[in-house]
Amino acid sequence: MTRQTRTTLTRRGFGTLIAASAATLATPGLLRANTNGRLLVVGGGFGGASAARFARINYPDVSVTLVEPQTSFVTCPYGNLILGGRKQLSDITHSYDGLRARGVQVIHDRAQEIDAEGHRVTLAGGDVLDYDKLILSPGIALRWNAIEGYDEAASEVFPHAWWGGDGSQITTLRAQLEALPEGGVVGMAIPDNPFRCPPGPYERISMIAHHLKQANPTAKILAFDSKDGFAKQGLFQDAWEELYGDMIEWIPASQDGRIMRVDTENKLFVSEFGEEHHVDLGNVIPPQYAAGIARDAGLANDSGWVPVNPRSFEAEAARDIHVIGDANVGAPMPKSGYIANSTAKTAVTAALAEISGRPAWDDPVYFNTCYSHAGEDYGISVAAIFRPTDDGFEATPDSGGVSPSGPLSEMSRNRRLEARYADAWYASITDDMFS
Amino acid sequence: MRTRLLLPTTLALAMAAWPAVAQPDGPMLAEACAGCHGQAGAGQGAISDLRGYDRDAFLLVWAEFAADERPATIMNRIARGYTEADVEALADFFSSLE
Ligand SMILES: Cc1cc2nc3c(=O)[nH]c(=O)nc-3n(C[C@H](O)[C@H](O)[C@H](O)COP(=O)(O)OP(=O)(O)OC[C@H]3O[C@@H](n4cnc5c(N)ncnc54)[C@H](O)[C@@H]3O)c2cc1C
Ligand code: HEC
Repeated sequence: MTRQTRTTLTRRGFGTLIAASAATLATPGLLRANTNGRLLVVGGGFGGASAARFARINYPDVSVTLVEPQTSFVTCPYGNLILGGRKQLSDITHSYDGLRARGVQVIHDRAQEIDAEGHRVTLAGGDVLDYDKLILSPGIALRWNAIEGYDEAASEVFPHAWWGGDGSQITTLRAQLEALPEGGVVGMAIPDNPFRCPPGPYERISMIAHHLKQANPTAKILAFDSKDGFAKQGLFQDAWEELYGDMIEWIPASQDGRIMRVDTENKLFVSEFGEEHHVDLGNVIPPQYAAGIARDAGLANDSGWVPVNPRSFEAEAARDIHVIGDANVGAPMPKSGYIANSTAKTAVTAALAEISGRPAWDDPVYFNTCYSHAGEDYGISVAAIFRPTDDGFEATPDSGGVSPSGPLSEMSRNRRLEARYADAWYASITDDMFS
Repeated sequence: MRTRLLLPTTLALAMAAWPAVAQPDGPMLAEACAGCHGQAGAGQGAISDLRGYDRDAFLLVWAEFAADERPATIMNRIARGYTEADVEALADFFSSLE
């Protein structure tokens, strides 16, 4: 993106784009741009990329600008398969070229400040973008020091690998896993609800075990949890027993599983009751809240997440700002990529209703499925269909739920198929974001 | 191919004058299917192509999924989450795609 195109997005340069567009016939999207409203999308992940793409396809008269600091997007989904040695970083890295080809103006910068009243966003690089409607999908921030000693520097030693970023967190964790001494101890610290991807830590335990079973079979995984139960628990625990014997020990909060302090120098996890556990490798998934841009704009409540209208995703605290994805208060919907994708589309129809003259979807349905890989050819899933209520969301009764349980001897066909379907899901959802 | 459209591209220029009619639910409901069945239901890897699915067969298959009368890893759990009107809209939509 050239400097010139960027400045045309400011109020001052607004006319320049119209003038310039005659010269940019090669990009048909741009020619139509700005004729009917400006949608600004901040965050180019599951929610933001889905929103930008959906808006370009269905509202071709609306100009769509996407602000995202990363020049390519590394998904969290399937990151655990890198730990299992089944995927490479390149397999989960996606280009923004497909969105550009659709006429999305992609700006690789960080949104620094939102002026909700003035309808403008200032970027770290100094540019100012005016908008009619803002879709905000900036994901999560980690609460540094919520676990004593766990700050950004500590995350270089004990990676979290809980955001995609530039991919370095997940590749560091993989490298540490490969370097684990024979019979070494992998410690994981898992947060209380709500957090990004409820089944994610347990898929990670499985994929780490999958790697260790071959490479370091006497190693141990100690999974310290701040809760007493977790997503797809029965299915995961069956799989662990069936596939990995006693390699994995899950320690719930009620058995002093809550980690309160970490010491990266001495490689210690310290529990609520002061127990010190030495680990050779530490993966700390700390408590989370909405990304900084959402909190700084005053959109979040005391919980650190953003309350939204359950039909439009407009933030309760500001007009014309629709907050989707992990950053909002969505319970009982999980903080998942599929929910971010599904709600993105409803938010776009709501945001653009006035501008386009086409009403919002008045009876929306929000969709989630999370597949997890518990081992080779061993997929399990949870699905749910949500609908808005007057003040929140509810799962549709008698629907959704988890894969059937049962001994592997009876379930192997099902597990094998779900592993294949999970791959199809990954390909489909990333197409729906970036193609 | 990408036939799925709330709005055919050819109509794009006329869009500013679109009447304020309710959006058809079929296409919006079908958006959720794209996360597994691919763009416009075109299929992806192991998950099947839904384009041009016979309307009556769709309704029958859906009812069988919902009643656990058809082998399924996940569609049984999904099918139970939609109303009859939803399913008709989905059947109309996918059967109309080429
Ligand atoms: C290990 C793991 C496994 C997972 N597996 C699954 C799965 O199988 N299925 C599933 O559905 N979900 C899964 N998830 C959850 C999924 O990754 C998240 O729910 C999803 O990414 C949320 O989308 P989002 O748009 O809110 O945030 P993100 O996808 O994180 O996107 C946010 C984007 O905003 C950008 N951003 C942040 N601040 C700014 C700013 N100030 N200005 C501009 N840009 C900014 C970030 O760089 C980022 O690219 C998994 C998560 C993890 C950690
Ligand atoms: C999470 C992935 C997923 C989603 C989302 C999904 N499906 Fe499916 N679908 C499958 C799988 C997997 C099968 C094969 C049957 C099974 O294992 O459940 C299937 C089978 C089907 C079939 C039967 C196809 C045949 O071969 O006869 C139909 C019809 C169908 N789906 C329609 C839909 C519709 C409509 C939606 C959206 C409302 C949808 N599906 C959403 C995964 C999905």
